[in-house]
Amino acid sequence: MESVGSLIMYFIVALAMIVFSVMAVTTRKILRAATYLLFTLFAAAVVYFMLDYEFLGAVQIAVYAGGIVVLFVFAILLTSRPGDNTERLTSRSRVLGAIAAVAMLVVAGYALLSRCMAFVAKPEMQAPDMDAVGTALLGTGAGQYLLPFEAVSVLLLACIIGGVVIARKR
Amino acid sequence: MEATIPVLILAIPLFMFVFLGLCGMKMTHKLAGILGTLGMGTVLVLSYYTAFTYFFSGAPEFINAAGERLQYMVFDQTWLQFTDKLAIKLGFFLDPISAMMLVVITTISFMVHLYSLGYMRDHHGVYEHGFQRFYAFLSLFSFSMLGLVVAPNIFQMYIFWELVGASSYLLIGFYYIKPSAVSASKKAFIVTRFADLGFLIGILTLSYYTGTFNFTELTSIPVEGLANVYQVNEGTAQGIRSIFENSAAPVFMGGSVLTWALVLIFMGGMGKSAMMPLHIWLPDAMEGPTPVSALIHAATMVVAGVYLVARLFPLYLMEETSLIIITVVGALTAFYAAMVACTQVDIKRVLAFSTISQIAFMMVSLGVARPEIHHGLGYMASMFHLFTHAMFKALLFLGAGALIHAIGSNDYTAMHGLRKHMPITHITFLIGCLAIAGIIPFSGFFSKDEILSSCMGYDWVAYIWMSLVAGMTAFYMFRLYYLIFWWKEHKVPEGHHAPHDQPWTMSLPLIILAAISCVAGFIPFGNLVTWDGHAYDFMEHFDWSVATVSLIVALLGIGLATVMYRKENSLPEKFRKALPALWTWSYHRFYWDELYMFITHKIIFNSVCRPLAWFDRHIIDGTMDSFATITNKASDAIKPLQSGQIQMYVWYYLIGALALGGITVLCLI
Amino acid sequence: MEITAVFYLVPALIMFCCGVYGFITRKNMIAMLISLELMLNAVDINFVVFNRFLYPEQMEGMFFTLFAIAIAAAETALAIAIIINIFRAAKNIDVRSLNEMKF
Repeated sequence: MESVGSLIMYFIVALAMIVFSVMAVTTRKILRAATYLLFTLFAAAVVYFMLDYEFLGAVQIAVYAGGIVVLFVFAILLTSRPGDNTERLTSRSRVLGAIAAVAMLVVAGYALLSRCMAFVAKPEMQAPDMDAVGTALLGTGAGQYLLPFEAVSVLLLACIIGGVVIARKR
Repeated sequence: MEATIPVLILAIPLFMFVFLGLCGMKMTHKLAGILGTLGMGTVLVLSYYTAFTYFFSGAPEFINAAGERLQYMVFDQTWLQFTDKLAIKLGFFLDPISAMMLVVITTISFMVHLYSLGYMRDHHGVYEHGFQRFYAFLSLFSFSMLGLVVAPNIFQMYIFWELVGASSYLLIGFYYIKPSAVSASKKAFIVTRFADLGFLIGILTLSYYTGTFNFTELTSIPVEGLANVYQVNEGTAQGIRSIFENSAAPVFMGGSVLTWALVLIFMGGMGKSAMMPLHIWLPDAMEGPTPVSALIHAATMVVAGVYLVARLFPLYLMEETSLIIITVVGALTAFYAAMVACTQVDIKRVLAFSTISQIAFMMVSLGVARPEIHHGLGYMASMFHLFTHAMFKALLFLGAGALIHAIGSNDYTAMHGLRKHMPITHITFLIGCLAIAGIIPFSGFFSKDEILSSCMGYDWVAYIWMSLVAGMTAFYMFRLYYLIFWWKEHKVPEGHHAPHDQPWTMSLPLIILAAISCVAGFIPFGNLVTWDGHAYDFMEHFDWSVATVSLIVALLGIGLATVMYRKENSLPEKFRKALPALWTWSYHRFYWDELYMFITHKIIFNSVCRPLAWFDRHIIDGTMDSFATITNKASDAIKPLQSGQIQMYVWYYLIGALALGGITVLCLI
Repeated sequence: MEITAVFYLVPALIMFCCGVYGFITRKNMIAMLISLELMLNAVDINFVVFNRFLYPEQMEGMFFTLFAIAIAAAETALAIAIIINIFRAAKNIDVRSLNEMKF
């Protein structure tokens, strides 16, 4: 049995997640969409905290909310004038999109509800501390991630170079 | 004998071909011509050395103690090994006829190289376009012809046989902007290729049953009553003999396999040597430059057929039928060509038909040769005539080239009375005519006399027939001579220089060849070339009755020509009026070309090729085209899927993913 | 009332479907990219939830999410560089106008 506080907390977070993600894809102002995305990302970060993954939540806030959304905002400011509305969607495309989304929801939701009701309780867990995360990230044994870590570092390097090459003026 | 010199004999012309062909355009015309001539001169010296060594050194590998000349393999390398038994070898083979051919080919080729230095330029000294190419092709031809005559096996001979055909094609079509030259080269190539089809089938048949390509083994079959002097593997020889003499030997349409093979091989020789009915390409081949006509279409390549028969002569001896066929074809061709030569206007065509006639003489001579008749005199006579004919016919062609060069036309009506303007050409041409007519002591007399002796020994009909042709030869050659150099005074057209003799590069070959034609008859040929290697001194057996008769016949021909053509008169016109049909048929070469055109165009094209072409175009192409059309239509139909709209792609993906997910979920239920 | 795994998974699923809806309806490329980020985040949440509820003593899901965040960052940076480049060339970033390479 959860405490009432955590229940309230959960409902706020779940509601925020749903509402802001819906608004992010329906608003006609692109800058607002980026803002709603930011709120959704915060909500996801809160979910991570609630599940005791403090490091992950921190990364989510720092990289996603702090980095990516800022990138979005810059890109939006570079590519559109203030006050621009994207053109109104035709009802046909909206209906089609809604059908697709609902179909997705039905298929995945059915699978989810029919299979995942099984695990009920949240098992006890020692929240992974920085020591454990660091060791796992830089170790080469089973359940340790040096290779992907290095791969990601190479990827980021390539990304930096690629970004520079693609975006520079010719 | 060291293999170095024989290798060089083949390698130098090949190198000159590649070198002049690739680098010729980078150098001046003159340098290319001189390089080609020098290369050929080197080959000339080497060939003379080789032939001299073979004939006169007396070394035991060339001549045995009994004075019999032996076949000698200088080298014989395996080129392609297919199976244990089937291998194609390339080598260099010396025997009397190949040594003689080395001399003939290199002599004529060198003369032509030298002569072309002067001929292939106009009166202002400007070289013809493609001069270097001309020399490259000449080198290619010399290489191929030398390779042909020294071939130790029939397959190498076939390879080089095709190579001479190809180089002849290239040289006939040398003036490739002239449509007539192009069609002449195509005609020559197609007709000889058609003949070579028979040749190839013959080779394969022969080799299939004998299991060998080698001349040494093929020609070593012992003939009844004669010692076999060529050194061979006794077992192989017996094996080949038993194959053909076996009563169970396969028979096809009434002829034994050997007969068929030999006749088919002779068919290849008919094509190259322009025997009737495959002669039609040779007159047209005169579209090539005149030195080429002298080298290829008079002296060397066209005698390849004779050489081929001579090579396989012991085999032909085994089959009387094939020799009779050769005799009949040769006799008919000789007469036909002599008839046609009497009425032609183009001097090169007269010479072309005379060439056909003379080659037919050689063929007849081979056809009537029997060991029991003057110890195989016909074989020796044929080779002797080949030798002398090469010299005097090259002389005549080069003389004709000089005339054409001076006048600028092939037509004798533009010449007339040139004897004072071109004395050197006149004298040398006269010597050539005397030699071909068979006047003692010029070379043609001796060789033709031996052919006639041989014919007489065989059959009196053949003798009379060939004597008649010999008389016609004298007539048409002197008709040509008088019409060019006498008839009436030469009229120089307004604004032209009077025709004059040519530069020394052109005169020198004429003089040398004329000198050879004067003395070649005294070469003791019987000591050098006979069919079995035994020396045979024909001067001891010289038949004065035959010689006198042939001399009288020749003089009659010349006398008739003198009466009709020495001074301008109306006799030829009267003659023509008297026999209009004969004259017209002869003038139109008895309509052979028209007959071929009728057969190919009307019959083969219309009834065979057109239906096949229709089938090819509509059924085979149609199937392929419909595949292409269907593919095209299908791609047009599905092309809009690739719309460039990312969101369309997302839709496709999403539908697929949902379908898969839906199926999974339904299965889970 | 117990907060089970489904309580986290259903909002994540809704978030994912919003991403799908946005991706196939929006014409602005940056808006499409935002939708993409929504989908990616929903998946991240799934990883973490399954990790937490099924294998709490291990950290695979968490690390997967960690790397996914890094890759998402890289991807977004590159995509935005491309979008800016397109904007320079075509003066707009409407995805419907980018069909010159079709067929």
